Amino acid sequence: MSTQASRSAARLMLSPAVLLLLVWMIVPLALTLWFSVQRYNLLTPDRSGFVWFANYAAFVTSPAFWLAILNTLLLVGGVLLITVTGGILIALLIDQPLWGQGVVRILVISPFFIMPPVAALIWKNMFFNPSNGLFAEALRGIGLAPFDFLGQAPLASIIVIVAWQWLPFATLILLTALQSLDSERLEAAEMDGANPWNRFRFIMLPHLARAITVVVLIQTIFLLGILVEILVTTNGGPGSESTTLTFLVYKEAILDSDVGTAAAGGVVAVILANIVAIFLMRAIGKNLDA
Amino acid sequence: MGQITLSGVTKRFGDVEVIPPLDLQIGDGEFVVFVGPSGCGKSTLLRLIAGLEDTSAGHISIDGRDATGLPPAKRGLAMVFQSYALYPHMTVRKNIAFPLRMAGMDKAEQDRRVEAAAKVLNLSSYLDRRPGQLSGGQRQRVAIGRAIVREPAAFLFDEPLSNLDAALRVGMRMEISELHEKLRTTMIYVTHDQVEAMTMADKIVVLNAGRIEQVGSPLELYRAPRNTFVAGFIGSPKMNLVTGPEAARFDAHTIGIRPEHIGVHPTMGDWRGVVGVSEHLGSDTFFHVHDTGLAPMMTVRAGGEVGLTHGDTVFLTPDATKIHRFDQNGIRL
Ligand SMILES: Nc1ncnc2c1ncn2[C@@H]1O[C@H](COP(=O)(O)OP(=O)(O)O)[C@@H](O)[C@H]1O
Ligand SMILES: [Mg+2]
Repeated sequence: MSTQASRSAARLMLSPAVLLLLVWMIVPLALTLWFSVQRYNLLTPDRSGFVWFANYAAFVTSPAFWLAILNTLLLVGGVLLITVTGGILIALLIDQPLWGQGVVRILVISPFFIMPPVAALIWKNMFFNPSNGLFAEALRGIGLAPFDFLGQAPLASIIVIVAWQWLPFATLILLTALQSLDSERLEAAEMDGANPWNRFRFIMLPHLARAITVVVLIQTIFLLGILVEILVTTNGGPGSESTTLTFLVYKEAILDSDVGTAAAGGVVAVILANIVAIFLMRAIGKNLDA
Repeated sequence: MGQITLSGVTKRFGDVEVIPPLDLQIGDGEFVVFVGPSGCGKSTLLRLIAGLEDTSAGHISIDGRDATGLPPAKRGLAMVFQSYALYPHMTVRKNIAFPLRMAGMDKAEQDRRVEAAAKVLNLSSYLDRRPGQLSGGQRQRVAIGRAIVREPAAFLFDEPLSNLDAALRVGMRMEISELHEKLRTTMIYVTHDQVEAMTMADKIVVLNAGRIEQVGSPLELYRAPRNTFVAGFIGSPKMNLVTGPEAARFDAHTIGIRPEHIGVHPTMGDWRGVVGVSEHLGSDTFFHVHDTGLAPMMTVRAGGEVGLTHGDTVFLTPDATKIHRFDQNGIRL
């Protein structure tokens, strides 16, 4: 695509797709913005009309709002921390030539293939259940009282479930990055007197920077929208202890049937996501430049 | 200091013996070149000395101290890799300072040594660039800089020039030789290019399938190759090897005669042949001569311009004093 003619031909041929995508994006966004300034509750359809920013005020001042923002950031941050450090460690481990490497790799990757509600239910009923879960059994086995994970530490428990789901993704990306590291570079560092920790710190970690950035950005996009795992395990509770912004919007829209406030919440969530995105791009975006 | 002794050093990868037991003495300050065809085990031997591979048997001692089990960093050797193996995310300065930093040297001394090395290698104005912003030759120099700041007992080079273009290669060859003159540190240099070996070495070690075929100065190897392998490998173009009745006339199974030791005449001489391809280099002309009944093709050198072209009949006369004789096992008689 270098000549004038081929460039304009390319633009012409791309335009239907671009237009379609634009409409696909603009229409829902416009509708959301429109609903967010309307009184629109499915339980009281007769009371409708323009309410300015009352929905926003209601959403932002609702008792769960600030906790939901904090929970969202904790969930995203916690999962990222676990998956990136865990992913690096597992990638280092399975990059070693070991017996049964193929099987180990498939096992490591398999959680990614389990659909989220199934994974969350397995964790809830098989592991976390305080009366017949495996963890409770194990605790009893060493003479301790069983712990009600989802009741006592709901957000931490959800972070564990989601991290378990995303660990394979991080591991896979980091493993391929690790395998692209020239072994002569590690040997050069070894001859230069770098011990294993320094080889990791000064050679491997900088080499992984770009892959880590990709993992963080992609996971953040998906983690901001986590809903199902909360829905099937804690339902946002106890109280609002495991309510995230996404779950709050869901609650307004579906449980309270308040479309107007839910739309306002959606707009707030989009703004928050953009703040996070700008922050991330500022912090680590330069790693993506070649 | 930089004396390296290998005794009975052996390397096996699984069942494959890449280096059969091998003995070698490398003296302090020598420039030793390991030369041999690709895959003959040169890199493996170098990596054994560096400590990047474990020996399967035998001992390596450096400056009289047994180094067989020592990790690479403790051997006091520095290595320049074929791929340069620079650290792409560090500036040239940080690359060169890396071994000093790992040794815990104080910052001022690090800077002093880096500046000194950069000056020797003409890198002073590039210290704040990254390897990706340098040319091949400059990267090569950074790799050498990273090796010299440590003031090692010996330098190990693994085909350091093979990624450079021909002109740059000649230049870097000189620079490395000059560096050796200046530092007087032992250097072990691996190459498959016999021209590099001949021009740089104090001592050449010719390797073939992991075995040492001959050790000697470039001229010793040129004048008295110990067997047909060395005879064919050292010298450019290759020595002509002739078997059969003509060799029997010299009481040998095989005789070898270098292209530069054969006289060329249009009408008279010992061997009659037909001119094939000719390569005119200006100062010299090399002819490929066919149908001599000696070997499928004989290479001869004629000084300057000779009026012979493709298809002409030519007569060749060897310089009888420069004929190399070999027995049926290819060993020099
Ligand atoms: N890590 C290894 N595992 C198995 N075989 C190897 C390994 N490294 C080298 N070899 C074999 O050893 C032989 C010598 O290799 P090398 O020392 O790299 O040759 P050179 O440097 O002379 O071209 C080759 O046949 C190569 O296939
Ligand atoms: Mg090699």
